[in-house]
Amino acid sequence: MNSKTRTLLTIITETSIEQFVCRDIEHLGARGYTVTDARGKGGHGLRQAGWDADSNIRIETICSPEVAEKISSHLFAKYFDNYAMVVYSHDVNVMRDKKF
Amino acid sequence: MLDPIIMFFLFGIFAGVVKSELRLPSQVYDFVSMVLLLAIGLKGGIEVAKQPLGQLVPQAGAVFIMGLLLPLVAFPILRSWGRFSRADAASIAAHYGSVSVGTFAVAVAYLTTRGIYYEEHMPLLLVVLEVPAIIVGIILARGLSKDMQWGSVAHEVFAGKGVMLLLGGVAIGWAAGPEGVQSIKPFFFDLFKGILALFLLEMGLITAAKLGILKKYGIFIVVFGIAMPLFSSLVGTGVALLLGLSVGGTAMLALLAASASYIAVPAAMRISVPNANPTLSLAASLGVTFPFNVLLGIPLYYEMAVAAHRMMGA
Repeated sequence: MNSKTRTLLTIITETSIEQFVCRDIEHLGARGYTVTDARGKGGHGLRQAGWDADSNIRIETICSPEVAEKISSHLFAKYFDNYAMVVYSHDVNVMRDKKF
Repeated sequence: MLDPIIMFFLFGIFAGVVKSELRLPSQVYDFVSMVLLLAIGLKGGIEVAKQPLGQLVPQAGAVFIMGLLLPLVAFPILRSWGRFSRADAASIAAHYGSVSVGTFAVAVAYLTTRGIYYEEHMPLLLVVLEVPAIIVGIILARGLSKDMQWGSVAHEVFAGKGVMLLLGGVAIGWAAGPEGVQSIKPFFFDLFKGILALFLLEMGLITAAKLGILKKYGIFIVVFGIAMPLFSSLVGTGVALLLGLSVGGTAMLALLAASASYIAVPAAMRISVPNANPTLSLAASLGVTFPFNVLLGIPLYYEMAVAAHRMMGA
């Protein structure tokens, strides 16, 4: 077993901008991503996922630390002012490191 | 006696106000709204097949122009009396120029239950009225800037669930015709009111959630959320009379003008006018205007249509 360290970047944001965020992160070098529906509470109030305008998603992507940094600063500049968005990252061990 | 579907709506509001755990799972809500949109589209499509196309074009044109003008009336009021920022005023104006399919579905049930005839190609006018307010709203907020991604906005509006399902329903209804649709009639038409009841239950819960937020924004938004649809319904009634619609059709067009969007416009505004506060416009359209139209507006617009036709006839 030879596992390698990569960065797992997690983005929690509004469903309404899913296509834009996903396009951006692919464009910045992420090889893929996973999107799940999410709900919760935060600075923009209770998000109950009752219907599209009221729902959140969680996007996860595993990439190199450099790409994760690039994506984070891009998201910060482009979306943080106007959209509900939380971004965090941590190291994870992955098999098949070439995939990421 | 109160229509049971309206009781479901009130029940939803009650459950929401007492903070019940009751919620329609979001997949169920998606399913319920899909069935409603398809059913409305199918009904319209069957009728379109019987209509000469030449009659539809002037109606669609007039409705489109109405959709351009309504937000232009709302915007200066929101700016000056409401003291909203340019982006917020433009976004709310766009919501009120566009339409709500949910409200339309309740009106369909209202007129059908009472056996009142209306031009059944109304769903097509509904789709037409969905679009112009969005364009006006974006221009009001941002001006005619070159970096505007109109492609994305167009995609969001036309490929969005709502318009897609409505037009899909119309196309299938039109192609299949009244006989072809017989086989799916029990599901889409006979169950329509039951499905609508479930939909209104969830809408009641959503409305209740918005009521709490309303307190934050003060009385202006409540007054606007009632006065604007009343004004728009007068415009809709006038346009319907010019187009020579029936009494039921006049009530329908008044309602289409009066209803405020809560699906297509919020999605388009979120992308194109990101600095507009989505909570504000949704609190107005879902917390005030939707319940007003469902509980009082629909019967009122119908009475207005009856009175207007009586006056014109006299």
